Amino acid sequence: MIGLEHYLTVAAALFVIGIFGIFVNRKNVIIILMSIELMLLAVNINFVAFSSYLGDLAGQVFTLFVLTVAAAEAAIGLAILVCFFRTRGSIAVEDVNVMKG
Amino acid sequence: MGFADFAFYLFAITVVTAGLFVVVSRNPVHSVLWLILAFLSSAGLFVLLGAEFVAMLMIIVYVGAVAVLFLFVVMMLDVNFAELRGELAKFVPLAGLIGVILLMELALVFGTWTGAENATALRDAVAPALEETHNTAALGLLIYTKYIYLFQAAGLILLVAMIGAIVLTLRHRPDIKRQNVLSQIYRDPAEQMELKDVKPGQGL
Repeated sequence: MIGLEHYLTVAAALFVIGIFGIFVNRKNVIIILMSIELMLLAVNINFVAFSSYLGDLAGQVFTLFVLTVAAAEAAIGLAILVCFFRTRGSIAVEDVNVMKG
Repeated sequence: MGFADFAFYLFAITVVTAGLFVVVSRNPVHSVLWLILAFLSSAGLFVLLGAEFVAMLMIIVYVGAVAVLFLFVVMMLDVNFAELRGELAKFVPLAGLIGVILLMELALVFGTWTGAENATALRDAVAPALEETHNTAALGLLIYTKYIYLFQAAGLILLVAMIGAIVLTLRHRPDIKRQNVLSQIYRDPAEQMELKDVKPGQGL
């Protein structure tokens, strides 16, 4: 029988992979954004697992809001990335500090 | 091992493997495709948990919108990704250290974790039995009544994100000829046309 702990383990592994991805791809902003999406996915798995095992729908409602914020964050992040690429011609994170002000 | 157990392990292993390949694959297009696989298998996990609506939302919003947005940007930007990946090996020890530390912390939490005794009494929105209402109907009932203000705020967040993304990426190119409807309407035939009397054999 699959218990709550199984789902929590999957979510924890996914979250750690997201953190690992942020640190390992220090130069590529696109992969960093994808890693953030992975971490939010792990949080969503936790929410839904607890919601299912406690019989409380509030967890799933909260998942919807996490999803909304994740979508908005991806849109804004990629828009900033496109804007930055147009002015700088690269997406390396080290170049971001030239955007003073 | 029943079918549900087998499906759980299949989806769980797929989601973790796909997540790992998102992070380490050399080509960002492959990363996006692995991300799509991770979202699809997590939708499978949600179906196993009895959250069909969230699973469908996962496929529609994440695979249909967010991942495609990533794919668009990856293909649109003309970046030399091989150069960005060149120093990948340099950061692996630090990243691995941080990952192992975090994993150990989570394992420590896991070892001593117990649910609260009155957890079932503290439930905010008790899920109705599956025979009475389906998951989607129950969620809809909850979103449009108890959490209506949060729902409206979520819509507002999406609106602001949409406006922000458009404003950030919109650019006005001055070197392109554009149609100015107003000046076309106000064009007067009397000023624009000139009749010339051309003498034969002379030209203008």
